[in-house]
Parts: sequence; structure tokens; C-alpha cells
Amino acid sequence: MDLAFMASTMLTLVAALPMTLALFSLSVVFGGLLALLVVWMRVGGNPVARGFAKGYIFVFRGSPLLIQMFLVFYGLGQFGFIRYSVLWPALREPFVCAVLSLSLCTAGYTAEIFRFGLRSIPAREIEAARAVGMSGFLLTRRILAPIAFRNALPAYSTEVMMMVKSTALASLVTVWEVTGVAQRLIAQTYRTMEVFLCAAAIYLILNFLILQLMALLEYRLNPHRRAAPLFPVAPQ
Amino acid sequence: MTILQTIGFGPTGWGGLLLVATLMTLCVTAAALFIGMVLGTLVAWAKLSGSRIARSIGSAYTTVFRGVPELLIIYLVYFGGSSLVTAAGAAFGYQGFLGMPSFVAGALAVGIISGAYQAEVYRGAFLAIPMGELEAAQAIGMNRTLRFRRIIAPQVLRFAIPGIGNVWQLSLKDSALVSVTGLADLMRTSQIAAGSTRQHFLFFIVGGCLYLVLTSLSDRVFNGAERRANRSMPAGIGQA
Repeated sequence: MDLAFMASTMLTLVAALPMTLALFSLSVVFGGLLALLVVWMRVGGNPVARGFAKGYIFVFRGSPLLIQMFLVFYGLGQFGFIRYSVLWPALREPFVCAVLSLSLCTAGYTAEIFRFGLRSIPAREIEAARAVGMSGFLLTRRILAPIAFRNALPAYSTEVMMMVKSTALASLVTVWEVTGVAQRLIAQTYRTMEVFLCAAAIYLILNFLILQLMALLEYRLNPHRRAAPLFPVAPQ
Repeated sequence: MTILQTIGFGPTGWGGLLLVATLMTLCVTAAALFIGMVLGTLVAWAKLSGSRIARSIGSAYTTVFRGVPELLIIYLVYFGGSSLVTAAGAAFGYQGFLGMPSFVAGALAVGIISGAYQAEVYRGAFLAIPMGELEAAQAIGMNRTLRFRRIIAPQVLRFAIPGIGNVWQLSLKDSALVSVTGLADLMRTSQIAAGSTRQHFLFFIVGGCLYLVLTSLSDRVFNGAERRANRSMPAGIGQA
């Protein structure tokens, strides 16, 4: 194994890391917001909205992300009303298409995760909140959202890790992130193993850091599950 | 040409090719599931074994192949495999590049990924067997093979069915990535059809619908299998 080659490969790949991080963070944010909307429709009382949300979740979880991405990237440009609309300067950018399809796809998975978080709230806690007069937004803000998010967090961290891996598909619509650059290096040098090891190391470190952050968040959000401190009042 | 002619089965339609491609996707996924079953069993065994070396090899396998993008693993197997095949060809006197068949590379790559997920499924299923049953089997004098065949394997398979169903769905969607190696699966054929008719939207919608048919049908199959495997068990929470 050639250490000089590995070092230069690593530098080339790390240069593409900001693109991966940009794809990842934008689609986690937009996907999360969209998921909130979908889960609101899914658990709400309106049967039309519920049916739409069910359909959305079925379609985006049941088909591969790659075909969704190609549909957005190649498919939308075929319609004149999109090509001549104000959105076209954005939608012709591969980066925007990649973020759009990543967000749409993750929203389907995340909505399901949030829904299970909601379902795991004990009914008596909601009853208690209603008994003291909370309803609507106050109930959501004080009781539903915090408990549901806390319960959904372990499954949500898995989904966030999947998102890191999914950004690799953006290379197939010509966004040059880490996997795309790795593929170009492999095709140029035919040193598959070295390039793979470098790229794999980047993704594993990234995933490890994200999981640590999520674990920290889980720890911070679950003070009631920690053992009581030995000295409730700090000794003077 | 109307839409029905384009996606239909006539001489100018893509329907037949798309159906063959759907079968190809099923075949790749089934081969991958089988490869993953073998790898997953071995890795689960390593992770459950007493040896520290085996345990760390098992954990490294599941961490790496669940943490690295699927596309990267497909590139590794396809390009790495091709250079191995080329080297083997050179040893037998063939000069020049030999590609690895894309079906083999795809099934192997998706199988390696699927193996990492299946290992966790089997490990969880093994841990779900009540300790007392293993002790009872030992107490009446069953040896290791008999205990595996009569007590462990049937229960692990039963507990693992929902997990295997999830892994199958995951592999079905991962198999779309094999299209980058040129295998004429559903993804690749939709892409070719879209490119040559300039009807990208139509063909990616049709391809997506065929994937939805595959995923929802396999959901039914696995639910049925779960019901069948649990038919002698008392109904509990969370059973289909």
C-alpha cells in the first residue's frame, strides 16, 4: 500500500466533504420540516389529508431514492411550464434537485418515525394535560412534541445516519461530493482498495461524530432516566 | 405515439422490456438475500462467540458495511472484482481487461450490505430465545448440533422473519444502485427507455410504480410468512 498515494487521495476526498455536508444538512432540515407537515396531516382528523399523507409515505418509502432523484432531475425539465417558470433557474441546478429529492424522500421515513414517537406517549399524560386545561398548540408545545421527539430520537438517529449515506447518490446527478470524487479517482487510477479505504474512513468518522451528537442530545433530553445524583445539593 | 403505445407491449412499446427488467431486479435481490443470509449467519455467529477476535471482526463488519454508502461498496466490488478477474486472466495468459459480470458484482455487493443487516437480525433473534430452553436442551443431553437443529434454528428463523422482511425491502431499493454497473435491471431499463424516447417523467414514474408493486407485494408475502410461522403460537402483541 502506497502511503503517499493514500495521503493525496485523502486530501482530494476531504476537499469534497463540504459538498457532502451541505447536501446532508440542508436535506435534514428541509426533510424534517416536511416530515412535521406530513405527520400533522397523518394524525389529524381530516380524512383527505390523512389519505394524502398515507399515500406520500407509501410512495417515498416504497421506491428507491435513485429513481426519485432522476424523476426530479431529468423528469421535471421536460415540462414547458416548469422550464419557463420562475423556478427553473433553481431547478436546473443538480444541487437543488439533489437536496429536493433527498428531503422529499427522508420526509416519508421521518414522518413514520415521528408518528411512532407520538403513539408512544402514554394516554394518561395527555389526559392530565387536558385536565389542567391545555389544548391545541400549548398541548403540542409542552407535552406532545417534547415527549414524542425524545421517544423518536433513537430511530431518528438511524435515519440521520442513512441520510449521510444517501447523499452519495447525488454524485449520479453530477454533484461532486465524496463518493463521486472517489469514483472518479477509482476510474482514473484503478486503485480501488486504497480509494475505498479513504472514502470509507471519511464516512465512518462522519457517522460516528453524528451518532455521538445524537447520543448527547438523547442524554440531555432524558434527565429523568438518569440515576439521581449522590449529592442533590453540591457540597459546600 | 400515445402513452399506452409507449409503455405497452406492442412492437414500439417498452412494456416487455420493463417486465423483464423487473424480473432481473427480483433475481438480483433474491441472490443478494441468499448471499447475505450466509454472510449474516457467519457474522452473527462471530459476534455471539466467546472469542474476542471473532467478536471484533464481526463488529467491524457490521459497522463498516452499515456505515458506508451503498454506492461506494458497489464501486468497490465492481472495480475491485474486475481488477481481480483481470489479474486472474493475466495469470492464465490473457492480456487485456476483463470485466466482472455486473450481475455477480451487483448481487455480491448488495449481498455484503444485506449480510451486515441480517447479522443484526439473527443476533437479535438468537438473543430472544429464552435461556431456559437452551439449558433444558443441554440438561436432557442434546449435543451442540442437535441443539442447533432442534431448538435454535427453528426459533431463530421464526423470530427473524419480520427483520428479514425489512432487510429484503432495503435490498430491493439498494439493488437500484446496481444499475451504475450497467446491469439491465428495472432502474437501468427505465433510464434507457427515458433517454431514447425523451420521456423521462413518464418512464421514471412507471419504473417507480413497478418498484412500489414489488415492495407492497413482498410486504404481503412476509406478513403471510410471519402469520404462518406463528400459527401455533398464542396471539400476542404486535402480531400481524
